Amino acid sequence: MTAMRRRVAITGIGLVSSLGEGLAPHLKALRGEVAPIVDTESFKPYPIHRLAELDLSLQIPKRGDIRQMEAWQRLGVYAAGLALDSAGLKDDEAAKDRLELLVAAGGGERDHAVDGAIATGIREANDKGAYLNEHLMNDLRPTLFLAQLSNLLAGNISIVHGVTGGSRTFMGEEQAGVDAMRIGLERVATGQCEAILVGGAYNAERRDMLLSFELGGLAHKGTPVPVFADDRAGCITGSVGAFLMLEPVEAAAQRGARVFAEVAGVQSGFAKRRPGAVGAELARLIGELGPFTSGTRAISAATGIAPRTAEEREAIAAALPGAEVLAAGDLVGHGLEAAFPTAVAFAAALVAEGDTSDVLVTGAAQWRGEGAARIIAPGGGS
Amino acid sequence: MTASATRDHMGRPVVAVTGYGIVSSLGIGRADNWAAASAGTSGVNAISRFPTEGLRTTIAATVDFALDAPFTSPELGERLAAMAAEEAIGESGIGPIGDFPGPLFMAVPPLELEWPQRLELAEASGQDPVDYDDLLAVAAKGEHRAYHELFLFGGVAARIADRFGTRGAPISLSTACSSGGTAIQLGVEAIRRGETDAALAIGTDGSVQVEALVRFSLLSALSVRNDEPQKAARPFTKDRDGFVMGEGAGALVLEDYDRAKARGTRILAIVQGCGEKGDGFHRTRSSSDGVPAIRAMQAAIEDAGITPDDIDYINAHGTSTPENDKMECMSCAAVFGERMKELPISSNKSMVGHTLTAAGAIEGVFSLMSLAHQRLLPTINYDNPDPAIELDVVPNVARDAKVETVLSNSFGFGGQNTCLVLAAEPR
Repeated sequence: MTAMRRRVAITGIGLVSSLGEGLAPHLKALRGEVAPIVDTESFKPYPIHRLAELDLSLQIPKRGDIRQMEAWQRLGVYAAGLALDSAGLKDDEAAKDRLELLVAAGGGERDHAVDGAIATGIREANDKGAYLNEHLMNDLRPTLFLAQLSNLLAGNISIVHGVTGGSRTFMGEEQAGVDAMRIGLERVATGQCEAILVGGAYNAERRDMLLSFELGGLAHKGTPVPVFADDRAGCITGSVGAFLMLEPVEAAAQRGARVFAEVAGVQSGFAKRRPGAVGAELARLIGELGPFTSGTRAISAATGIAPRTAEEREAIAAALPGAEVLAAGDLVGHGLEAAFPTAVAFAAALVAEGDTSDVLVTGAAQWRGEGAARIIAPGGGS
Repeated sequence: MTASATRDHMGRPVVAVTGYGIVSSLGIGRADNWAAASAGTSGVNAISRFPTEGLRTTIAATVDFALDAPFTSPELGERLAAMAAEEAIGESGIGPIGDFPGPLFMAVPPLELEWPQRLELAEASGQDPVDYDDLLAVAAKGEHRAYHELFLFGGVAARIADRFGTRGAPISLSTACSSGGTAIQLGVEAIRRGETDAALAIGTDGSVQVEALVRFSLLSALSVRNDEPQKAARPFTKDRDGFVMGEGAGALVLEDYDRAKARGTRILAIVQGCGEKGDGFHRTRSSSDGVPAIRAMQAAIEDAGITPDDIDYINAHGTSTPENDKMECMSCAAVFGERMKELPISSNKSMVGHTLTAAGAIEGVFSLMSLAHQRLLPTINYDNPDPAIELDVVPNVARDAKVETVLSNSFGFGGQNTCLVLAAEPR
């Protein structure tokens, strides 16, 4: 189909992290005016960017709803609410009834105490199968399942905020965030969808997820060092929630919405696991979004995992010689499924505040997958 | 672009199905599944995969013939997906296995470390009592690296993408029990956007393991008719008491209609319409007025450019839970009116159980087979009709019928409602 592509605007941004909520604290960090907040004690030896204190009731008024969710869902629902506020749609029931959701999500936290008790107690059990069954039936909270299910972040956004146009949840770690942005953009640009809320959330304050990283030898331990530092040895994760409201530029103008930025393009790739492949794939994706000018800034959602993080940096340097590369992970930690949407939100915030008019966003996943996006000033580009 | 650009009522490319494949508890492949389902066979049995002592539900429609035990859910899910995809791609003739000319959209269950692996790490720690810090210390030794990759959410789709040579990043997705339908919908949308001429859509689920069973059990969602496994999945009956977990995979090769025609392949059917609607009422229950399910069906019919009168048969979500079957009946009545009393609607879940993440894809394949064979599959175990549900459920015995257009319903936890309209090739 060669029908006209519609230009796509970001008309709402919802952000929560260790730095706080909304654009202001994140802009300060992006401008180097405040330092990141890293907790090196609570999950020692793993440094973590823990979520700032939030008054959850501001976005999730019913206590029953809060109780039914795990931390990752709460911070996602909170961030989605901020995005709706910022888009001016929070109380527009008709718009929310049509608004679609595209959420990048993993799963929820396990009950660490139950797991530990079962793993300990089962050793002495004569019938280990019966022991496991008995304790799972008696000790798991019935509602825990719903707090863990991947698509229940979207489900809770529907329940709490009344966004009911339809939802899809992408899984697959970092790449889920890239493809959610890409497919969200393409559906709006080609007229398949009139408005969509895209984003994700990740709670880093959980040992079961640290275990996943550590099994792969991918968790940085000890003193935090920057994402692109030579002695960086894996991920430093952070609790983040990031949602973006996408709609056609024309529709935004018609309803008088503020356009923070436009999404010029999102590309996703899937390199094989061999040296140099990630860099080459990122170079290809970046090439699809170019050419760039000397004023283009770069924000990376890189994990800090070698050697792909270094390959990502080289690919950016080749496309934007001499440009400073900001690692979103240095400011708020690595947010897995939410990492790419967070970096895009940062780019949109910088564009909205006039710090720049053109940002290249990149990200190579912990295991497989690469992404790149270009965020430009309203009315910019060609 | 081919010379004759076929477009649908909205000027979009038409999406053809040129191959499909299936694995379920009834068997491997289309022939075996069709024969067993046509004969009204149940795939539900007592679980033998793990000890069931002390569990409330001890039955499931497992696939025990695909892999040698023991195996994890992601390993079985991958195996089932590969079997279904191989059949679908082989039939489509779209190219050699390993060089699929389009992206992969794959419905996969959420993953995490399972109990045997968790206990293995606990044992290796030598600590008593053992907690997550001990497991982390074991993991840091680097001797269990394979578990990182095995339990990544994106791992199953990545391995399928490599095996079949699909293009670009594979999409792993979940919309709970409507995931299979969503995978097909995403493939249809990609072709309609002109982004690709072909897409591989798969739904797979091999997650009958102890904790998954317990979780559904704790939500009181499962049938406890353990003494009569083959009678336990009984949609639309008065004494239905929950769903039966099932395993399997369904795969569809979707292609731009003109491109498929141009390469001379047989068009098996078209995906004429897709519809979805969210429900913000409750995490596990649907709106009491049924409006979201109604609007999802209407959206699919509208997207197809047809009217409710054009639907010849409904492949029901039909889980056999008290709630779903009542709501689905009510919603169908709202969409189809008086006609619903004679419009056939049947539930494959009566035979293959609720295949969860795979259900939308598996039931899509059964719907396509109904189009191919001009025969409606039965709702088995329909021996005690619910008087509150006035439906022609194609009770117990398959029925030959003229079928040109099928509506396939999928509804899921979290307010997910996805419906597809599948139709015979336009004449």
